[in-house]
Amino acid sequence: MHVTSPSFKANAHEALADRQLQQALSHVKTGFIGKRAAVVAALPEFEQLRESGKAIKNHTLENLDLYLEAYEEKVVESGGHVHYAETAAEARELILGICRRAGARTVTKGKTMIAEEIELNDYLESNGIEPVETDLGEYIIQLRHESPSHIIAPAIHLTKDQIEADFRRLHTELPADRDLSEHESILGEARTILRRRFLEADVGITGANFLIAETGTSVIVTNEGNGDLTQILPRVHIVLASIEKVVPTLEDVSQIIRLLARSATGQELSVYTTFSTGPRRRTDPDGPDEYHVVILDNGRSAMLGSQFQDMLRCIRCAACMNHCPVYQEIGGHAYGWVYPGPMGAVLTPALIGVDQAGNLPNASTFCGRCEAVCPMKIPLPNMMRHWREREFERHLQPTTYRYGLGVWAFFARRPQLYQFATRIAMRVLGNLGGRKGRFRRLPLAGGWTKDRDLPAPAGRTFQDLWAEKQRAAVP
Amino acid sequence: MGSESGEVAETNGDGRPSVGLFVTCLVDLFRPTIGFAAVKLIEDAGCRVSVPASQTCCGQPAYNSGDRKDAIAIARQVMHTFEPYDYVVAPSGSCAGMLKVHYADLLGDDPEWGPKAAAFSAKTHELVSFLVDVRGMTQVDAAFAGSVTYHDSCSGLRELGIRNQPRRLLKSVAGLKLTELKDADVCCGFGGTFCIKYPDISNAIVERKTHEIAASSAETLLAGDLGCLLNMAGKMKREGRPIKSRHVAEVLAGMTDDPAIGEAS
Repeated sequence: MHVTSPSFKANAHEALADRQLQQALSHVKTGFIGKRAAVVAALPEFEQLRESGKAIKNHTLENLDLYLEAYEEKVVESGGHVHYAETAAEARELILGICRRAGARTVTKGKTMIAEEIELNDYLESNGIEPVETDLGEYIIQLRHESPSHIIAPAIHLTKDQIEADFRRLHTELPADRDLSEHESILGEARTILRRRFLEADVGITGANFLIAETGTSVIVTNEGNGDLTQILPRVHIVLASIEKVVPTLEDVSQIIRLLARSATGQELSVYTTFSTGPRRRTDPDGPDEYHVVILDNGRSAMLGSQFQDMLRCIRCAACMNHCPVYQEIGGHAYGWVYPGPMGAVLTPALIGVDQAGNLPNASTFCGRCEAVCPMKIPLPNMMRHWREREFERHLQPTTYRYGLGVWAFFARRPQLYQFATRIAMRVLGNLGGRKGRFRRLPLAGGWTKDRDLPAPAGRTFQDLWAEKQRAAVP
Repeated sequence: MGSESGEVAETNGDGRPSVGLFVTCLVDLFRPTIGFAAVKLIEDAGCRVSVPASQTCCGQPAYNSGDRKDAIAIARQVMHTFEPYDYVVAPSGSCAGMLKVHYADLLGDDPEWGPKAAAFSAKTHELVSFLVDVRGMTQVDAAFAGSVTYHDSCSGLRELGIRNQPRRLLKSVAGLKLTELKDADVCCGFGGTFCIKYPDISNAIVERKTHEIAASSAETLLAGDLGCLLNMAGKMKREGRPIKSRHVAEVLAGMTDDPAIGEAS
């Protein structure tokens, strides 16, 4: 995926001016926030669950190598294969190899962000294998040759009218006068088209919400049932997951899963929660002949033991972006890579470098709402600040900003000089803005005064007035 | 630093606790009224107030820009300056959060300064939280005719748990009618250096906020942080809205004779 994070500012500017996008983004607020709040309020032990979810993940991350080995052993025991990929390229090659050996021409896919991270679709296509996205949102953006703008609602940047237009443009085999005015009719049409593709597929690729070390099981949570058809119907099932998806036991999953859908969509549970262990056994009515798990690192093991380890607790619920005032205004594409919003602002610099993704951890007001709703209690603002520290150490911030900060710090560390300078400066500013009480334009504050007035200083500083008052009080 | 920082705590045996007022740079530079309102309220709560002259800023611009070295230097300077007082009080949730929560983050690992930061944290409070939670204030002697709405600034709300305290005291202001604002707990888009680095996004966020403020039909917007207030007041002025903006301390102290924020004198 082409990285556009360095042009975040321009991306955001464009997003703010895009009326269709702005209309679509209104669903972020209406679709998620109220529902989550209601379902969380209805569960008295939600806070306790957060604590225990966090503890489970922390324990797992402290012993990640052991749990990965235990998981692998169980997968092999159940007749499956585990492949480790250190990089995106390795993961792509491993998957292509499995597909080639299966003689695959068509691959169905359940929703997986890791496949986005390793740019799997483009790679398969360029090697003559057709990937078919089966999650409705993913299917829509595949038709449009776009990337997801949200980690659980990939097409949230689109309006229904846009989707209807795409379906009419591309599904030309269907009658032109069909009714697509309702969400249900759009979903029905995608179902009809996809049903055929499910039956044609040679390989099915899904992600995993969890990998269970105790049993060698992969778990997916979905709402459309497409994930089940993707992993059951084809001869080969490939699970693609990153290293931090492993948890020790079934019991651990059953705890964390109570947090996941509540935090994500405001459901108590998603419609489908599917556990898969190994290939089809002789007594199973269905299932794949081959079961492969590709486990991706791609920079994550370097986060272990660093200031960013807590980020690996993330269960990809998207509550942070749903509640983020910045995400709500600009949507996900502006962030310029796979993961948007607060979780993306912490994870992206770790995976593609802070020199590429420096804007992301900076574009936060530190309002703290992301951390407040995170089911895994990840200290997202603190970790964004740590990225800013790395930037500062490496002199990656714009020179003017750094210079301004230096001047400010010089004065802030010299109180007498600071008060002398501010007393004069505020007198001047107060006189300039005094009559109206505010500025409509002010040099060096152009960003602010472009769209806002700047209230003018009173003219005399508090310290100045206080000192005068103290002097007057002394007899 | 050193001797010239030597404000002496004025605990001269009358039993009243001493409070060092951390004015905050924005209040000092833009709106001294808030500082005087804070002094009055702290005195009404039975404390003695001093304002050390050798204070500048809490250090957030450095801290949030990744400049730990300057942030640590400023943190030590502030802690040294306010050493003599029983309490440190700031009329801002953002600055109080910096002093109370983040100094400990910055200095926690330092064997000498870590314990000092913990003690400093324990005695530091945001103004309204200090009045209600520490001094047990339940009402104020003030009047304000008109309807107000209250915006919960993020740091005060989420770092310091300030939500009910200002509403409780506002209820005791004679003539005041509090109308709640939808999404009062959502950021206004100020974000300190954020509004300088990303003014377009900041503007889009504050636009949503001023829309909700107007929808509340309140005549006056109140909040506990001047940064947020400058942002929201500045936006409402540009939009030509007649809504006035004030720091909550001004209303609680009954000091509302000065023009509201961004108004002509």
